[in-house]
Amino acid sequence: MARSVLDIAHMLAGGLVLVSFMLLYQVRMFGLLNVFALHALVLSLSVAWQAFSQNAPHLYITATIALVLKAIIIPVALHRVVLKLGIHRSIETVGGIGPTMLAGMGLVALSMVVMLRAAAEADPLAREDLAFALSVVLLGLLVMVTRRNAVSQIVGFMSLENGLILAATGAKGMPLVVEISVAFSVLVAFIVIGVFLFRIRERFDTVDVQALDDFRGERR
Amino acid sequence: MNLGFLSSLPFQPVTAVLVIPGTAAILLMLLPGYRLTARLNVIAALLTFFAALTLLVERPPHGVYLFVDDLNIVFVVLGTFVGFTTSAFSASYIGHEIEIGRLTPTNLRFYHAMYQVLMFSMNLALLANNIGLMWVAIEFATLTTVLMVGIYRTHEALEAAWKYFILGSVGIALALFGTILVYMAARPVIGEGQDAMVWTALIERARDFKSELLNVAFVFLMLGYGTKVGLAPLHAWLPDAHAEGPTPISAVLSGLLLNVALYAVLRFKMLLAANPAAIAPGPLMATLGLVSLLFAGFMLYRRRDIKRLFAYSSIEHMGIITFAFGMGGPLANFAGLLHMTMHSLTKSAIFFAVGHIAQVKGTQKLSDIRGLTESHPVLGWGLVLGVVAIAGLPPLGIFMSEFLLVSSTFARAPLLAIPLVFGLLVAFGALMLRLTDVAFGKPTGSMAAVEASYIPLFAHLLLVLSAGFYLPGPLVVWFQNVARLLG
Repeated sequence: MARSVLDIAHMLAGGLVLVSFMLLYQVRMFGLLNVFALHALVLSLSVAWQAFSQNAPHLYITATIALVLKAIIIPVALHRVVLKLGIHRSIETVGGIGPTMLAGMGLVALSMVVMLRAAAEADPLAREDLAFALSVVLLGLLVMVTRRNAVSQIVGFMSLENGLILAATGAKGMPLVVEISVAFSVLVAFIVIGVFLFRIRERFDTVDVQALDDFRGERR
Repeated sequence: MNLGFLSSLPFQPVTAVLVIPGTAAILLMLLPGYRLTARLNVIAALLTFFAALTLLVERPPHGVYLFVDDLNIVFVVLGTFVGFTTSAFSASYIGHEIEIGRLTPTNLRFYHAMYQVLMFSMNLALLANNIGLMWVAIEFATLTTVLMVGIYRTHEALEAAWKYFILGSVGIALALFGTILVYMAARPVIGEGQDAMVWTALIERARDFKSELLNVAFVFLMLGYGTKVGLAPLHAWLPDAHAEGPTPISAVLSGLLLNVALYAVLRFKMLLAANPAAIAPGPLMATLGLVSLLFAGFMLYRRRDIKRLFAYSSIEHMGIITFAFGMGGPLANFAGLLHMTMHSLTKSAIFFAVGHIAQVKGTQKLSDIRGLTESHPVLGWGLVLGVVAIAGLPPLGIFMSEFLLVSSTFARAPLLAIPLVFGLLVAFGALMLRLTDVAFGKPTGSMAAVEASYIPLFAHLLLVLSAGFYLPGPLVVWFQNVARLLG
């Protein structure tokens, strides 16, 4: 029994890493948003499994927040933003898909090496969970770095936050304060970003961050 | 002096430091009329400052969420003081912005409310006894400043706010990961739940934590909160955010928010220092600090915008301070604390002067600002004094802290002293070069008189000047205590 509990937790956390990789090679806006919804779905499953296996009912709240907010509301809202702005065609990436995937693999290897060694004496569930969570965080950073478009940077940032929630729920008995605050911060972040998107639209007629760079006050 | 009555107040001063800005934020959001709200903003900031002062006299017992110790009280008093003087400067600054129509009354209502929310969250971050709560407060402070940087809604302001938001959030996210790792390290020793995130419990038991986890945690915390400190190579948001937002926000960013992030780094440094098996956090901090100092020193030469110039100078000084705390030891820590205090006072004073100058000249371009001492003698000389102070010339306060730092570095690690002194000289040269252009020569641009409030500007400069000559005994003892605490 204990063995299969661990296996399922690892499978879900590993699945999250896999979906993070899927985010890396999306070239269509809607594809990216759909994969992000999947990302959030896998996260909420993983959190729910942690709630079950740790016998910590309050984690179900976190799972529900992840499911409702991140897998449904935010992707739908972003979908609308993308349609409204007419930027659904394709995403400009920095560097090709191939090098990005290779870099992603390197990052996952790095986080495995670092976390498995650092948390060697923690219980196996927490240890591998942390390694997966760090991979998701780093892959989220990579998505942000390799995309020029503001909406895809937001998606990258939110996938990064998913990695943080995975880490927080893997840490057994971590006070609820933090989980709610993470979920809350995502909400606030989304509002802020939403406001910015509309303001950017108002002023630039584009959400390509490259265009923002052209308005820099000072050239290098 | 009998101050026993303080404890009989309906609420503790430690809560007052939070309740006053919190209440003021709600009031300011509801009340119309910018003259009234600007005044209310000043009064709220002043009351917060007084509440912070009472903490010096009577210290409340440590709570689960809030606590006061020798270290954070320094930051709180300094922060609320600069918050108060900046609100006074802001009152005269925004009058002009309303006149020229850069801000609307609605914007302003939002601006004042956000100012108080920022004060609230910074005080909360400093007083928090829970590392999770501290993280939430710093995240909140970041979000409010993002909104304030973007308030002018120009291309540049939006770009600056966006960049600040993205880099700030990434930094904050990394810091959260570090916070989770600290909890993971503490859990086996302290036990599950709330207690394993309470600062006072953490520091007491830090000796028994798993050092490997703490090491990894510190790297994340250092990079995460270091982004908010503005350390190179994660500094990219800082110049834009300083240059494109309203000038009072530049003053608050440089004078306060950078310090709050630094405070978080220092807290975790103490945690690592208390664990004998963990890596020494010093070298990492010293390296990042030195890199920031050198990088910013050279970047100062290429600036064409007056607010960006002083923003890079903030990166330089945060680098110096981080280096000082990274060196550690009683003398370097003392120098770091003194330098931080002096930098906050001087840099916000400079931004007060720059704000009025940019308003009267209608530009922030360095090439369009000439001969200030002739066209606006009071402002011009105020700026000269501020820049002389920030460049580290004797007899002002920053000279003293830099001298202490350089001499202690020479004594302990002479090889590190070479890049330190080199960086200081490079930055000094750049600032002097720009200062002679801006302050002297034939005046250009508008010669109109300024309706400026000089009191905040000269109050700060006077403090910095007097600190150069004489530091009050109790203050020295206090700083020495804190320096020892920092290890």
